[in-house]
Amino acid sequence: MPMTRPLISVSGLYKQYLVNVPVLKDLNFSIESGEFVAIMGHSGSGKSTLMNILGCLDTATAGHYYLQDRDTATLSSDELAMLRNQLIGFVFQGFNLLPRSSLLENIALPLLYAGKSKAERREKALLMLNRVGLAEFGERRPNQLSGGQQQRVAIARALVTDPKLILADEPTGNLDTQTSEDIMKIFQDMNEEQKITIILVTHEPDIAAHAKRMILVRDGQIESDQTT
Amino acid sequence: MIIGALLGEGWAAMLANRMRTLLTMLGMVFGVGAVIMMMAIGQGAELMVNESIASMGSNLFIVLSGSTSAGGIRQGSGTVPTLTLADAQAISELPEIAAVAPNISNAAQLIYAANNWSTQVSGTTPAVIDVRDWQVVAGEAFKDSDIRSATRVLLIGQTVVRNLFGDENPVGKIVRVKNSPFLVVGVLAQKGQSLDGRDQDDTVLVPITTAQRQLFGNQFPGMVRMIMVKAKSAEVMAKAEQEMNELLHTRHRIHADKDNDFTIRNLTAVAQAAASTTEAMSTMLGAIASVSLLVGGIGIMNIMLVSVTERTREIGIRMAIGAKNRDILLQFLFEAVMISLVGSFIGAALGVACAYFYSQINDTLVVVTLSSVLLAFGVAASVGVFFGFYPARKAANLKPIEALRFQ
Repeated sequence: MPMTRPLISVSGLYKQYLVNVPVLKDLNFSIESGEFVAIMGHSGSGKSTLMNILGCLDTATAGHYYLQDRDTATLSSDELAMLRNQLIGFVFQGFNLLPRSSLLENIALPLLYAGKSKAERREKALLMLNRVGLAEFGERRPNQLSGGQQQRVAIARALVTDPKLILADEPTGNLDTQTSEDIMKIFQDMNEEQKITIILVTHEPDIAAHAKRMILVRDGQIESDQTT
Repeated sequence: MIIGALLGEGWAAMLANRMRTLLTMLGMVFGVGAVIMMMAIGQGAELMVNESIASMGSNLFIVLSGSTSAGGIRQGSGTVPTLTLADAQAISELPEIAAVAPNISNAAQLIYAANNWSTQVSGTTPAVIDVRDWQVVAGEAFKDSDIRSATRVLLIGQTVVRNLFGDENPVGKIVRVKNSPFLVVGVLAQKGQSLDGRDQDDTVLVPITTAQRQLFGNQFPGMVRMIMVKAKSAEVMAKAEQEMNELLHTRHRIHADKDNDFTIRNLTAVAQAAASTTEAMSTMLGAIASVSLLVGGIGIMNIMLVSVTERTREIGIRMAIGAKNRDILLQFLFEAVMISLVGSFIGAALGVACAYFYSQINDTLVVVTLSSVLLAFGVAASVGVFFGFYPARKAANLKPIEALRFQ
C-alpha cells in the first residue's frame, strides 16, 4: 500500500438506467496518480458508462467514487463542474470541438470557465496549440482541419488547464492507423514526461497496448485487471 | 464568466444564424417603433391641447350675472345685469385673486375705409391682458385713464385686422363702430381657436366705460355681464371660488333660501377634463403598442427554445470542460437580451423617423421625449430577460451527459 491515497478509488459502484438492468455491477478498483490505464471491452460492456462516471459527467446509482479523496456523490453540480474544469481533461472520439469557434477559442474555453483573464487565456492557448504542432492554424475553424489535427486540438484543449487526469474515450476511433499512432504517442509522452494520469477507453487491442495497465470490462463487471 | 466573453459569444451566436436573428429582431423592431411613435403622437396631441388651454388663460373663473325670471319663465345667465364694476373691484381685493377683468360684450359692425366687418366688441379693463395672458404685439393697451374718461380707443384682434386692414398697419387708424370713430391703439397677439372651436382673434376690446355709455347703452349704469377672474395659483382655486361666492352673497344681500343671482364657472376644470381625455388617449395608444412588444418577446422565447435544442451538444461540450449551470444560463440570457436590445435600437430609430414623417405629412405636432425612448428600451431589455430566462434555464438545467450524447 503506497503512502499517498490513490487518485481514483471506486468501491461497490452500481449504475442502472432501467430498473433491474444494471449496466455496472459492484465495481471495485483504484487508480494511482501517474498511471496509464486502458479500459477495454465490447460495445455494451458498460465501459463508456464507467468513463462518464469517472469523468463526473454522470453519477452512480449506488456505491462510492472518490476522486482525490472527495466523494463525488456528495458534490453539487457546480463543484462537479469545477472538478471537470480543473482536474480532468476530456478527449472524445468525435473530437467535440465547437464548430463556430476558432482553434484558439476552442482551446481557451476551459480557461474562460476557470475565470482567467483574456491575455492569460490567449497566451496559454497559443502555447498549447504550439505544443501540438498547429501553431499556424490558430484562427481556423475545426472543419478546416483533418481528423488527426482536430484530435490534437482537442488534446490541447484537454491539457490547457494542467489537469491531473485525462479521460480519452475512443480517441482514435475516427482516425486511420498512422494518425492513431501519432495521437497515442502524444498520450504516451504526456504520461511519461508530465506524469499525467491517463484513462483510455477503447476496444482495439493495439491501441490498448500503449497503456501500462489494462482493465477488461464485460457485462458491467471487471473481468481482468493486469499490469503489463 | 466574464461580460466581454458573454457579449462575444452572444454576438457570434447572432451572426451564426443571421436570417433567423433578423426575423426574431423584427418583433422587437416593430414593437419598440410602434410604442415610440404612438407615444410621440399622443404627447403631441397633449401638447396641442395644453397650448389651447394656455391660450385661454390659466386659473380662470368666469362670474356671470343672473337670469331674469318673469312669470316663471327663466332666461339664461347674463340676461339680468346684476354684477357691477364695484363687484369686480371687491373681488379683485380678495387675497387669492391675481387679476379681475369685468366684461360687457355685444356684436357690432366695424367700418374702415371701404371694408366692414361684424365682430364681438368687448368692453373691459386693461387687466384683461393679464387675466387672459394676452400680449399686445403692436401699439399698446389702453390704460386706466381711458376707463375713467371713457375714451374711444380699441385693441384689435388678428382676424379683424386681416378683414379690415389687410396688410396695412392698423395702429393709429380710425375705425367706426356704430357710427362713432374709435382710435386703434394696439393689436392683440394671435390666440387661435378656443377649445370649442371659436376664433378667439375675431374680437376687439374697448374700455368698459365706453362700452357701457356709448356703445351698448344700458339703463343700469355700471352693470357688467360677466367678470373674468384669475386666481393666483391652481392650488387656491377652490378657496377663491368659495370666497367669491360669500362675497357676492353679502354684497347682493341674498338670503340663504334664495337662488343666487350670479354663477361662478371654473374654466380650468373644463380644460383639465379636455387634457385628461387626451392623456387617457395617449396612454391607451401606448398600451396597445406595448402589446406588440409582448408579441416580440414571445418570438424571442420561441427562437431561443429552438436554439437551445439545436445547441444541446454544444452545451454538453461546454459543461464537460467546466461550464457551471450559471455560465450556460448567462450565455443564453445574454443572447436573448442582445437580440432584444439591438432590435429595440433599430426600432427606436424607426419609430422616431416614422413620427417625424407622420408630423410632416399630417402637419401635426409630435413629441419624442427622451423618457419615452428610455422607457421603450427599458421595457425591451426586461422583455429580453423575461422571455430569455425560461429557455436559458432549460439549457442550464441539462444534465452534462445527456446534453453530450444528444444527436
